Amino acid sequence: MAARTWRRGSTAVASALGVALALSACGGSSSGGTEASGSAGSTGSAECADVAQYGTFNNVKVEIYSSIRDVEAERFEKSFEHFQKCTGIDIQWNGSGEFEAQLQVRVKGNNAPDLAPIPQPGLLQTLVGLNAVKPASEKVATASKANFPADWLTYGTVNGTFYAPPLGANVKSFVWYSPSMFKDNGWAIPQTWDELLKLSDTIAKSGKVDKPWCVGFESGDASGWPGTDWIEDIMLRTQGVETYDQWWQHKIPFNDPKVVDAFDKAGAILKNEAFVNGGTGDVKSIATTAFQDGGKPIVDGQCAMHRQASFYANQWPEGTKVAEDGDVYAFYLPPVDPAKGKPVLGGGEFLAAFNDKPETQAVQLYMQDVNWVNEKAKLGDWITAHKGLKTENVLTVTDQQPNPIQILSVQILQDPNSVFRFDASDMMPASVGAGTFWKGMINWVTGADTKSVTDSIEKSWPAS
Amino acid sequence: MENWESKLTMLVVGIVAFFVVAAAIMFIVDNWPKRLFRDRAQIVWFIGPPLALVTFGLVYPAIRTTMLSFKDPNGEAWVGLDNYKWVVTDPDGLLNLRNTAIWVLFTPIISVAIGLVYALLIDKMKREAVAKIFIFLPMAISGVAAAIIWRFVFAYKATRFEQIGLLNAIVKKLGLETQQWLLNPPWNTFLLIMVMIWVQVGFAMVVLSAAIKGIPNDMIEAARLDGVNAWQMFWKVTLPTIRPTVVVVFTTITIGVLKVFDIVRTMTGGNYDTSVIANGMYFYSFSGNQQGWGSALAVVLFVLVTPVVFYQVRQLRRQKLEAR
Repeated sequence: MAARTWRRGSTAVASALGVALALSACGGSSSGGTEASGSAGSTGSAECADVAQYGTFNNVKVEIYSSIRDVEAERFEKSFEHFQKCTGIDIQWNGSGEFEAQLQVRVKGNNAPDLAPIPQPGLLQTLVGLNAVKPASEKVATASKANFPADWLTYGTVNGTFYAPPLGANVKSFVWYSPSMFKDNGWAIPQTWDELLKLSDTIAKSGKVDKPWCVGFESGDASGWPGTDWIEDIMLRTQGVETYDQWWQHKIPFNDPKVVDAFDKAGAILKNEAFVNGGTGDVKSIATTAFQDGGKPIVDGQCAMHRQASFYANQWPEGTKVAEDGDVYAFYLPPVDPAKGKPVLGGGEFLAAFNDKPETQAVQLYMQDVNWVNEKAKLGDWITAHKGLKTENVLTVTDQQPNPIQILSVQILQDPNSVFRFDASDMMPASVGAGTFWKGMINWVTGADTKSVTDSIEKSWPAS
Repeated sequence: MENWESKLTMLVVGIVAFFVVAAAIMFIVDNWPKRLFRDRAQIVWFIGPPLALVTFGLVYPAIRTTMLSFKDPNGEAWVGLDNYKWVVTDPDGLLNLRNTAIWVLFTPIISVAIGLVYALLIDKMKREAVAKIFIFLPMAISGVAAAIIWRFVFAYKATRFEQIGLLNAIVKKLGLETQQWLLNPPWNTFLLIMVMIWVQVGFAMVVLSAAIKGIPNDMIEAARLDGVNAWQMFWKVTLPTIRPTVVVVFTTITIGVLKVFDIVRTMTGGNYDTSVIANGMYFYSFSGNQQGWGSALAVVLFVLVTPVVFYQVRQLRRQKLEAR
């Protein structure tokens, strides 16, 4: 009997073991446990005077749900330590790789977090549509108006109501290059689009590098997104911000002649066999070159320029010095007509609140406190469009030295001539912006003509 | 690190919780009073948990997916058969069906053929086990790993550069132009199929080899006495005898191929016209924000797999009966 029981048991053990493994594998999200501060706030002491305005609470919790995880999340947790100790608010940073999808699931299941930095204005609109997001408190709104450029506030605003103040920022209008290569060959940083094309031509004819440009669109099932950034940057430069806004709002069709023109302008570089694809091969090889490897031929001296966002700084091989006097650096992708100002393409997060508890609003307000913003930047590799961010506080993570590319990004963001626009594909409906637009860019570089690509993207736009 | 620890803790908690639950069930069942319908109670206790898991983990999602396949991208309004119409009329939808058809037409037959020929060739050979290991090893690798290996094999650099892809390195040595192997439809689909075959041949070979060894010796001797040559031996004796095994191997590979996802997603992400049903299903459900299309593809996949599974189960049952 005992033997029989054991055998039955062991089969059951084996099958349920599978279940247990499957269950534990589902726990993909990492909850970055912050140390509970334990005691209630201890205001009154001079140490806490700078955060006295946020009040004191008796050991309450505020959950921030985010796509930011691991080491980057740890830097956020570290930046909250002082605030937590003084106010008695325990901030729980909860990062997840499935943030975009899971946030909607949590909201629909009445399990919304307190706060969430949302990287897509389109997602914020969807959530506002579900009546899940609370408008910013008067204090938060007033502070945001003083702290951030007006362009940025529009992305946290839905139907005239201001919901979410900006948090982090990144700048995408960059062309990476090798300062020493440019210096050795007497190439100057182009100041206009025409100069950029002329420089490309000069480089191509010089024979110093394989091809002037190197490009990579491959990024798993998100392949094609680097291509959408090209089109967006050119739309901003050739058509101006008004048309750009009409474009992503679908007030002009995707196959409008203005958009077709932007594709063709991009094609003058991306589909020009004389200009691409340095270090890899022909135009088509753009589709199969990984985004992470896209700019690396610069280091090998096989190409001269690579258009990619500031965050590409993390992709260079170890030991590559990113600085104006280093191995690689970036210049601002020049405008077509400098007289019309500097269009800047970029991205960032917007901190939405899902309830109006006082502690939630206190944290939402604190995350644009000028002291916090600068302390957060000092922890490294993080910037914001906050006007109070001082460039001397923008440091690298590794050695706490000034972070040249991020400082340049801040300078561009704070330049009064800059006109900031958010990444259009992040604002289009996801079936286009994270679907047919991406796929279309892959088809476009592998041979499809502009007309058929823009026509099929237009056709895929969901009826609203 | 922190992440690791929490996952490990969860795993340990999961396993311990399972043992506790299993032990509790054993204990309850073992001590169930006889007068309270002990036999029936045991059935309930043993069938109950798996039934509950299947209901929540399989039946409920299947019903929900089917419902979503008749709804709009947000899963709100009913749209009738629109999503299915998309699957069978839109070029993007049809592409998934076409590619899956190519996969199913070629992969099982080539895998079984190669596996069978190899099993015959190495049968009773010296060091047969060593010969088997080489073919069987790919079976031990996950699909994603296999796909990454082959992505490197097919990697492209223009002829003028040093090659990192094995295939293009050979092509260049032969003095030819290097090729963008994964970029040109429909040939890229066949290259992906090759990876699947590479993985599946080992399975086919091992199972078929065992079946060949199971052919009774007196049967073979009788055939020899009748004077058959090797060709006749294969077609008249070996193949008919192992036929049921061939069918099982064939259907098992077919089911795997219908559901193929990892190789396509890892090697091309479904781009360059290589998407298959399972890849399209995932893309449209999660990234493409077209839940309706994704769910319709899931249902189509389910409908295609079901008859093959039925056939396989029937075949296995018949084999068991024959074995008696």
